[in-house]
Amino acid sequence: MTAADPALEPVGARTHRVLSKVPTGVLWVIVVLWTIPSFGLLVTSFRPEADQISGGWWTIFSDPTLTWQNYHDALFSPPGGTLPFSEAFANSMAIAIPGTLVPIAVAAAAAYAFAWMDFRGRHWLFIAVLAMMAVPLQMSLVPLQQLYSGGAHVSIGSTTFILIPDLDLNNKPIAVWLAHTAFGLPLAIYLLHNYIAGLPRDVFEAARIDGANHFAIFWRIVLPLAKPAIAAFAIFQFLWVWNDYLVALIFLGQNRDASPLTIQLVNLVTSRGQGTELLPAAAFISMVVPLIIFFSLQRYFVRGLLAGSVKG
Amino acid sequence: MAEVTLEKVNKVYDNGFHAVHDLDLDVRDGEFLVLVGPSGCGKSTALRMVAGLESISSGKLTIGDRVVNDVHPKDRDIAFVFQNYALYPHMNVRDNIGFALKLRKASKSEINERVAEAARLLELTDLLDVKPGQLSGGQRQRVAMGRAIVRRPQVFLMDEPLSNLDAKLRVQMRAEISRLQHDLGVTTLYVTHDQIEAMTMGDRVAVMSKGLLQQVDTPQNLYDRPDNLYVATFIGSPQMNLMMGQLALGAAPTVTIGKQTLSLTASLIAQRPDLRAFDDREVVVGIRPESLDDASLARETDEGRTLEALVELREGLGSEVVAHAMLDATGPKVETAQRDPEATLTGTGGVEIVARLDPRTAVKVDELARFTVDVDTLHFFDPATTLAIRG
Repeated sequence: MTAADPALEPVGARTHRVLSKVPTGVLWVIVVLWTIPSFGLLVTSFRPEADQISGGWWTIFSDPTLTWQNYHDALFSPPGGTLPFSEAFANSMAIAIPGTLVPIAVAAAAAYAFAWMDFRGRHWLFIAVLAMMAVPLQMSLVPLQQLYSGGAHVSIGSTTFILIPDLDLNNKPIAVWLAHTAFGLPLAIYLLHNYIAGLPRDVFEAARIDGANHFAIFWRIVLPLAKPAIAAFAIFQFLWVWNDYLVALIFLGQNRDASPLTIQLVNLVTSRGQGTELLPAAAFISMVVPLIIFFSLQRYFVRGLLAGSVKG
Repeated sequence: MAEVTLEKVNKVYDNGFHAVHDLDLDVRDGEFLVLVGPSGCGKSTALRMVAGLESISSGKLTIGDRVVNDVHPKDRDIAFVFQNYALYPHMNVRDNIGFALKLRKASKSEINERVAEAARLLELTDLLDVKPGQLSGGQRQRVAMGRAIVRRPQVFLMDEPLSNLDAKLRVQMRAEISRLQHDLGVTTLYVTHDQIEAMTMGDRVAVMSKGLLQQVDTPQNLYDRPDNLYVATFIGSPQMNLMMGQLALGAAPTVTIGKQTLSLTASLIAQRPDLRAFDDREVVVGIRPESLDDASLARETDEGRTLEALVELREGLGSEVVAHAMLDATGPKVETAQRDPEATLTGTGGVEIVARLDPRTAVKVDELARFTVDVDTLHFFDPATTLAIRG
């Protein structure tokens, strides 16, 4: 049996053809498996409470009764003491937008410094920043909360030195912004550094000769050129902050009026079981923004994943 | 306008690499000086030190009357044209050219005026709103030039600005840059590895090799009177033919190459008094390809003015025929090469020589041909030092 045997050729080719379709087939199965529940949830969110209790979402095909009532109730008059979702939506925005912009501003400047400024200890500092990625978020929640409410003090003998004053940040949106900024920075610096370090050296030298200082180079050259990488990170960070429950619960859980959608989604179902019918609608309200972002900016997702590995 | 002076300038990198050795160079006011050499010879490093993009390890750099060793690039009053143009990709041509003025907080009307003037000079007026990505190589080159001239600097520094262009465009841009430099009269230091660019563009040419300056002179002088073997072979294409020859400066002075003897004229020796010191000694003889011609076309061939060699290759170029032939002689044996270690060549059984012949020549491959030698244009070099013997 040799490779040149003509009788074997078609068999091998056919096997290859069949096998090459397997990955696509598997992908389709996954797509269907993941989409059906979401679709079911979408349908359910439009069904009246009585229908939701009496049967599954597929009964929609035999009994197509749809209503906007769930969305109206969730947005403006949820049961019990739940914050209306229209307000929680605004709270989420108020957390997610600064929670995205602040880390980008800090990370872009840091990434430029790490990539193009010569200072002592640059290498080790960069490694230290990257090492932060290994610190689990959960581990720092309690210390951070103590820092927010009590500050940091060192007592030597009878003298107490205040390292960080008690700023009383707990249960204020700024507590969440700061936490998200801190947790997002290592990855942001890493992604942006890879991109910015890959920009051509000539351009920086030309700018220096043209009379640009570091700030001018950063503002007029680096930021515009790093737009694709910044956009990619912004998407990730925004979605992460928008969908975050844990950080918001820890630092903002006691403040109903400032809490975001994710917390209100949990609070929607009261202890007496009211409001269950609003859950699908509420869930979709909180999903609207991620969906819009994903579909409008999906090309940046791919680019963001490739950031650093492919130049330009 | 200003003069640029380098005095004993050195560059030693952190890893110990000594890129530029004791460079003394003087670019006169309004002069177009070309720094030429093979890649890695330190020419770009030298240029970048003048620009302030590399620090100077030791020595003194003066622009105008100012020592600028520690002056920031932007305060040296220079403009730099990069090999890859280094345009700002996110800005259109107008903003690229006007960027330096904008940073200096020039007024809008002044920026517009000067950008328009530069654009007119470089025929970029129609492209002002286009981004660099949509421009051709030649157009990008011109934008890079525009960025330099709009600042009206005292000195232009150019780092191989034409090497990314195709051959035809390069010839065109060569002329354009020369014309522009001439019109503006700005002192220019231009780096290239291309000796044709160096010869055609430079008022003077500085040849560098291995971090050492070999010779600075006008293009014609470099060609006619190279200081050493390195310059002799670097300048000129096809390059100078080199072979060992035995001098005999008796009543009828001769040089013997292999088994053949050329008679030397009295005027040749009069012009090179130092040759006397090499009487009865071996020297390196250099013959430019155009100093050789087909003897069968000459009306009269004097005894002792021809060399015979076996033709190996004949390249017809229309205007001339370039013949490669094997001469029975020894290649240059250079014992110590103080200025350029690479010039150390070992002798071989035969020497391939290249001759530029009249197109009517009848030389044929694999046949012996007799070449006339224009004896007065011979070059002689000391094999011990590789320096030219002139005096």
